[in-house]
Amino acid sequence: MISFNHVYKRYPGGYEALKNVSFDIAEGEMVFLTGHSGAGKSTLLKLIAAIERPNSGSVLVNNQNVGVLKGGALPYLRRNLGIIFQDHKLLFDRSVFDNVLLPLQICGFDHRESGKRVRAALDKVGLLKREKANPIALSGGEQQRLCIARAIVNRPSILLADEPTGNLDAAYAQEIMAIFKSFHQVGVTLLISTHDASVLQDTDVRVLALKHGELQ
Amino acid sequence: MTRTFAQHLGVLRAVLHRMFASKLAGFLNILVIGIALSLPAGMYLLLQNAQGLVAQFSGTPQISIFLEMNAKAEDVDRLRKQLAQHPAIADVEFVARTQALEQLKQSTGLADVIGGLEKNPLPDAFIVHPKPDNVQALKGLRDELAKLSGVELAQLDSDWAYKLEALLKFGRLAVLILASLLSLALIAVTFNTIRLQILTQHDEIEVAKLIGATDGFIRRPFLYFGAMQGLLGGVMAWLIVTTSLLLLNQQLNALSQLYASQFTLHPLSFGDSLSLLLFSVYLGWLGAWLSVARHLSQIEPH
Repeated sequence: MISFNHVYKRYPGGYEALKNVSFDIAEGEMVFLTGHSGAGKSTLLKLIAAIERPNSGSVLVNNQNVGVLKGGALPYLRRNLGIIFQDHKLLFDRSVFDNVLLPLQICGFDHRESGKRVRAALDKVGLLKREKANPIALSGGEQQRLCIARAIVNRPSILLADEPTGNLDAAYAQEIMAIFKSFHQVGVTLLISTHDASVLQDTDVRVLALKHGELQ
Repeated sequence: MTRTFAQHLGVLRAVLHRMFASKLAGFLNILVIGIALSLPAGMYLLLQNAQGLVAQFSGTPQISIFLEMNAKAEDVDRLRKQLAQHPAIADVEFVARTQALEQLKQSTGLADVIGGLEKNPLPDAFIVHPKPDNVQALKGLRDELAKLSGVELAQLDSDWAYKLEALLKFGRLAVLILASLLSLALIAVTFNTIRLQILTQHDEIEVAKLIGATDGFIRRPFLYFGAMQGLLGGVMAWLIVTTSLLLLNQQLNALSQLYASQFTLHPLSFGDSLSLLLFSVYLGWLGAWLSVARHLSQIEPH
């Protein structure tokens, strides 16, 4: 499903974020990406969504080399990915409901169908009662869950999460992890980055550990 | 198909919502566009009316040839033959001096004055309908006819109309230049409005790009906004022109009653109104398109 082959990523200025990274993630797998901050976790996720491009090596998503994808094809790659951003990237000029609606509007779903889907997604993360609220009125944990709802509303086959439990206390973090596990059970491929070792303790999932841009 | 249509309709609704969310700013923009368009549109309308006037009075060109006062019947016959055979002349009418005097009496109501004259002051005359209708050829023909023996004076009747026509041509060029300049201004106004919108919606655009929006999807509301603003500006211009015309016509009515004539300014025709609206929609769209093309590519998600 996702495959890195000898990927190097150097930012302008010479900083090497990723060095010779190679791995494969099979369909339906749930994988954690760990490492200290600055180890290259975010860069790795950005390469999958073609937000950044590798300097060398290839990044394959669904057997498509996304590193060389043309600008016009990018939207269709990203529609197939659910991305949970480290900084949430929620829009504070609209309600919770409309934030989750945005991906469906982009794909051109009709009004009635998208209403159902938005509510289903909000229900899944436990925010159904807050659909009319403005995201700014939500707690950190709720904002994170809203971000998840937006990422899954389009029913993507791959879910990427960048530090989804970053600033949350343990109870919230457990909640979020439980949500991810439920996606894993229905066959979604997940790649979750975290620097928080505690969330890994009670799970027996595969871990990719990054250190200074190299896989351990 | 219906889905796409519904999607476009949704965008349009959102655009209208946004436009009326900032009532004053939106209205001022529309007013600026309306005024900018109403100037050339109004001038065009005045020219159109002047043109109608010229067409009404000039009709087909004619040349009047007045004979010398002492012309005899043989001279008249000779000239008639000469004129009839001339290749550039379609038709010739002879107006005898007695006939002309009768006409003058009947048409001007000066019968008493004319009746008091000792002798007929009018000469015999020919009215010539020439074949060519361009000014240069007509002038040439007039000069040629004036040189015929027995002719006192040859006069191109529609001379003033041609002068006015030339003046109108000048006016049309002025309108064209003005319209071009103000169109540029309109494009600039829209360009700037859209630029500000793109800046304020930076976050939304970035997120939309990240979750798979095509450039078309992102561009669409801005283009619609530009076109819609252009349309409303066009409507505003139409209202300005039409209202001004109504006011002018009222004054004109009073004026033309004093001169015992009937003259009113005609409003913009349906076709012209439609052209005005379409043109302003197009300019708004173009301004938005240029702005979007310039600014959207600068927003790349990180």
